[in-house]
Amino acid sequence: MSKTIASAAIRASHEIVERVETMLQEVIAEKGSDFEFEFPDTAYFLPHMYCLTGFACKTLGDMQTALNEKAKPLLKAVPDEHVYKPYLGETLDAGMATLFAQEILMALRYIKGLEPVTDPEIDLTYNGFIGDSILRDLGFQLVDGSMPGYVVILGAAESDERAEQIVRDLQQKNILIFLAGNVKGNSVTKQLHRRGVDMGWPTRIVPLGPDTEHTIYALHWAARAGLTFGGLKAGDFKMNLKYSLNRVFAFAIVLGELDDMKWSTGAGAINQGFPAVCDTNVPEIRPRGVCTYEHVVRELDQEKIVQTAIETRGLKIIVEKPPVPVAYGPAFEGERIRKEDTFLEFGGNKSPAFELVRMVELDQVEDGKVEIIGTENVDKYEKGGVIPLGVVVEVAGRKMQKDFEPVLERKIHDFANMAQGIWHMGQRDICWCRISKDAFNEGFRIEHLGEIHVAMMKSKFPAITDKVQVKLYTDAAEVERLREEAREIYHERDIRVANMTDESVDTYYSCLLCQSFAPNHVCVVSPERLGLCGAVNWMDAKAAFEINPTGGNQPVKKGDTTDAVKGRWKGVDEYVQKESHGALEGFSAYSLMDAPMTSCGCFEAIVAVVPEANGIMIVDRGYTGMTPIGMKFSTLAGTVGGGTQTPGFTGIGKYFLTSKKFLTADGGFKRVVWLTTSIKNQLGEALKQRAEEIGEPDLLDKIADETVATDAEQLVAFLTEKEHPALTMESIF
Amino acid sequence: MSQDTKKVDLINRTIDKTAKELLKVAEKEGISTAFNRAAEIKPCPIGQKSMCCKHCFMGPCRITKKTPVGVCGADVDTIAARNFGRMVAAGTASHADHGRDMAFILLAAARGETEGIEIKDVEKLHAVAGHLDIETEGKTKEQIGEEVALKFIEDFGRQKGGINYIRRAPKRRQDLWKERDLVPRGLDREVVEMMHRTHMGVDQDPKSLLHHALRTSLTDGWGGAMLATDLSDILYGTPTPIKAKMSVGLLKEDEVNLVVHGHEPSLSEMMVVASQEPEMLEYAKSKGASGINLAGICCTANEVLMRQGIGSAGNFLNQELTILTGAVEAMVVDVQCIMESLADVAKNYHTKLITSSPKARIPEAIHIEFDEEHAMTVARKVLREAIDNFPNRKKGAITLPDYVSESIGGFSHEYIKYMQGGTYRGSFRPLNDAIMDGRVQGVVGIVGCNNPRDVQDSAIVELAKEFISRDILVITTGCGGIACGKQGLLAPETMEHAGPGLKEVCEAVGISPVLHVGSCVDNTRILTIASDMVAEGGLGDDIADLPAVGICPEWMSEKALAIGCYFVASGVHTIFGVGSPIEGSEKVTQLMREGWEKDVGGKLEFVPDTKEIVQKAVETITKGRKALGITEYVPGKFGAEKVLMDMADRRRLEDEQKAKAAAAK
Repeated sequence: MSKTIASAAIRASHEIVERVETMLQEVIAEKGSDFEFEFPDTAYFLPHMYCLTGFACKTLGDMQTALNEKAKPLLKAVPDEHVYKPYLGETLDAGMATLFAQEILMALRYIKGLEPVTDPEIDLTYNGFIGDSILRDLGFQLVDGSMPGYVVILGAAESDERAEQIVRDLQQKNILIFLAGNVKGNSVTKQLHRRGVDMGWPTRIVPLGPDTEHTIYALHWAARAGLTFGGLKAGDFKMNLKYSLNRVFAFAIVLGELDDMKWSTGAGAINQGFPAVCDTNVPEIRPRGVCTYEHVVRELDQEKIVQTAIETRGLKIIVEKPPVPVAYGPAFEGERIRKEDTFLEFGGNKSPAFELVRMVELDQVEDGKVEIIGTENVDKYEKGGVIPLGVVVEVAGRKMQKDFEPVLERKIHDFANMAQGIWHMGQRDICWCRISKDAFNEGFRIEHLGEIHVAMMKSKFPAITDKVQVKLYTDAAEVERLREEAREIYHERDIRVANMTDESVDTYYSCLLCQSFAPNHVCVVSPERLGLCGAVNWMDAKAAFEINPTGGNQPVKKGDTTDAVKGRWKGVDEYVQKESHGALEGFSAYSLMDAPMTSCGCFEAIVAVVPEANGIMIVDRGYTGMTPIGMKFSTLAGTVGGGTQTPGFTGIGKYFLTSKKFLTADGGFKRVVWLTTSIKNQLGEALKQRAEEIGEPDLLDKIADETVATDAEQLVAFLTEKEHPALTMESIF
Repeated sequence: MSQDTKKVDLINRTIDKTAKELLKVAEKEGISTAFNRAAEIKPCPIGQKSMCCKHCFMGPCRITKKTPVGVCGADVDTIAARNFGRMVAAGTASHADHGRDMAFILLAAARGETEGIEIKDVEKLHAVAGHLDIETEGKTKEQIGEEVALKFIEDFGRQKGGINYIRRAPKRRQDLWKERDLVPRGLDREVVEMMHRTHMGVDQDPKSLLHHALRTSLTDGWGGAMLATDLSDILYGTPTPIKAKMSVGLLKEDEVNLVVHGHEPSLSEMMVVASQEPEMLEYAKSKGASGINLAGICCTANEVLMRQGIGSAGNFLNQELTILTGAVEAMVVDVQCIMESLADVAKNYHTKLITSSPKARIPEAIHIEFDEEHAMTVARKVLREAIDNFPNRKKGAITLPDYVSESIGGFSHEYIKYMQGGTYRGSFRPLNDAIMDGRVQGVVGIVGCNNPRDVQDSAIVELAKEFISRDILVITTGCGGIACGKQGLLAPETMEHAGPGLKEVCEAVGISPVLHVGSCVDNTRILTIASDMVAEGGLGDDIADLPAVGICPEWMSEKALAIGCYFVASGVHTIFGVGSPIEGSEKVTQLMREGWEKDVGGKLEFVPDTKEIVQKAVETITKGRKALGITEYVPGKFGAEKVLMDMADRRRLEDEQKAKAAAAK
């Protein structure tokens, strides 16, 4: 019965609080109360503590205070054997105390150099703490439904095969997987290692640590979502936990026997609305109310455990699986295929290849047809090797437009990559693709690439793709000939896009996908300003609207221009006002300083004003170091996200930097005084071109990066030496 | 009737084992108790049905077929409504006066004029101040306490407008009260007006009299009683679950037994403190006792049970029997439900009867008056009286029944919220969800007295068992709570007897399906729980929408009627057992049923048969569930099968949530 769970959870809470206190006192004795600590890449101190109590733990002394004032009052007595007092509230409190203690424990372990854990036996360094930027990276997938949720798997499955099967099942459903804990030393992490399963962020299987206590990394990562995207205040535990319950679809699968600590951690997680499904004969807690549905469920059949867990958490899984003989899903996007594992390969620099989506008339398409055209390489289909390949996807649809061709074409990469054992990169005529030996052995053949595109184009774009057929060209000469034709089409498209300006259209598109996370945030996407997540440009949004007229992308009539310089339009302001539920009066598309656009939290980069340099800096979310304004990306992100408007700060998609409209009201590209090297590298060519266009051909060399300046003083010195134009521009304020 | 038959008859007038045993002692010793007096005195057949008016000296007039109206012309309908109105006024006045005392004690405590009493529960003080729109920022607890006390005191003498706590009801209920002109103006005013209206020759319209009865009762439920509860929590702490013994078997042979009886918490709280003082224990030892054993009767017992875990020796009908144990050194009483016969029973033993309220004296009792300025001094004096009396026990005359049950009490509104989610997730969501899903069919309150016209505790316990078996959660107070406790129903193990759905909920939380929420003023906790359930969402937007019923199976006091009326006025279908005090008037009976239901959503019925009570309650709950459009209750659906909620259920829930979100937009 539940009392067993309660007793276990409460016992463990006492144990861990005591254990952590002893350890904390040891560390304090060694380093002193004022010793400062922060987890790598977070703006939220000890995130669980900060989110739920508002208490910012910065030093060891703060940790002692937190333990005394926040954790200990939650410790309650273990229920009596008979005529016991109620225990549910007490158990949840105990769980919370356990999580608070676990978090301090991990901080102390970091200080002692014990985290992240390295296991020489399986040659693996666990992930340890999960930084804020990962949440932002995954933000879009979490909101658009492509990642329906995430799971913490605790313990070990009954066999290695079973462990792999459970994980594959979860991967196919695109669920992010965290691994923690063990059963007598064995763990799913070890089991997967023995099965040779790729682990890490790219495959969405992330081992956090070998102990149950490492679960806190997943839980306090989840706790940050409300602060990051929801615009919630630290310490507003009611709203933050409600946010977790309703918007963060996490749950636990517990494999093998449970001990007190697992129960206590589970009790803590239930506070966040995260239920647990166990494969052992545990007592259940079925009445709902703290979680959306059941709280603790047993599923003795490990084959059904994933399905039971999904039902228990109430996940919505929409998986389109094309008819291919391998597993399929975003979890397989990140897998790499080494050369020696490659069966068949095309593109790269090895053979001529290209990919093209073309709109054709309805009567020219035989729906679903996949045709391999070529004779030269037939033997290689079954023997492997390198072949040329031209992939031409022909789409016909009553609502299909020529403008949608590139939108669909960019998806070829994702669609191919999601198949297990298929690796793909690049696009157009620089694509490169490998089919692994494993995939071949599973029955994957070259025509399956075509099957994937037929199925996925139709399922992702049902409104515009009435009929789809795919032609796969494999003869070198033919591929080369068609590639020339394709290049002309690419060029035409580029010209068309380049000529497309904000002035040239009367309708922009909104993106409200992130409102499930950040309820008051509104993105407005114009031809010259793409969405801040980098995933949606004007054309994408337009296509999305055509595909689903009641979806997250809606047309926004510009209306009268009220300020051409700052980029304000009557229609846009009205729309923003309405959709932000009155939180905003509107915003300026081209200004950082006056009513900048808001952010949900999944921005690719942040633009921030650097007062000392009279300029602006841009930091991308992959950069975890210090910036010249004394704030790391994670801290900056805290001030920008959640739909709040903060003049001087805004989140952007990186490519906005290359736009002619890039913050023109504040001086545009010329204002940029600091950029991370990764942005410089990624956008180098385009930025050089922009610099030339604005008559500052050397500008890129005058812009500092983290290698020359990580504080304002260094920055100004660098800019002065390089005579950066921002220094002599009129004041940005 | 032979002596033997009579004895057997009397012991069958209770289901309390200890009472049976002590009734035998009474029989043997020839001591009169309410049990035999009830058997001897037939209720006046005219008065019982409210067919008698003695509001002026032209009468008393009895209404019969031959004389259908009184001297003044008042018919049975007017007379019954007037009599009923006066009963409600008396009941309301009792709780109002209780609340008033508490308000003045808080004021004194805030001003540092009390001995041993201070503001204990600052969190609750802040919550109450919040309800009263009192700014708390930067103020000491004493400053806030003073403001709270003064603001409450205003409610008593308020002449116009509305009393403060009306605003704690759901918005729709408040609107309805406004619309129906039911918002009470002041606590004293409504009672005074009822006395005026029922004077000879004033209000002669039963409908109008009954309307005012509801308005008067609202000054009880959302006035006197509610603030008595809140103020007691502020001064003595908001209850949390606590283990306590129940039944007279908790008295100890080797200790000084001191029984507190009545309704107010203040003196008994001080007694708890005093009884633990080393010098008192030393003093007790010096008199040959090995300790001091405090026990309670009636609602003073409930007050100290809820907050201190002091055991309850029994409920209303156990008061005389407790003295019959011969082991009670002193019984200290305050107000309400104290039988005058106690003095006579005590005469047969060494027991000292001590009165403590300036409002309630008994000629043969020792009077040690309680006042907050000398609270501890008074408590110690009472205790010394008891200790001094220990050597006077008549050794051969002690009968201590060997039965005691263990209970969990202390379910305050605040704790009930906490137990459903802890510090961080506490809410009424799980209960609402359980009701919406059909795990829990509904909720009934089983409250109120004992009445020797009925078998003691029998209806209360039978109903509680019946309801829990039907997946209906039982909330209990007052003597009802003690009746359940004595039978062991307040122990969490009782969940084994609950229906499978309710059992799942009890198991998840760790509770009995019968929750003891306190004394009779604590019936207001039921109102605030109901309001919170409404606010939580999913079960309508008014108390009247909840699938809930109020039941007072063994009622006898005027307070019970006042409570019944405020439940009705708050929208609750309320059923009283025993019999109807207005049976003589078909019209008044109709008005309380159809009339009130139409006006305020709740109705008052008098139903002596417990099976019929169950049937009516279940009908109302079923109707309520249907009106809400929530899942149909299917017995046995949950628990046994251990099925996950199926996809159709989940989809329906989702659709409901979507529809609600859309409606909210």
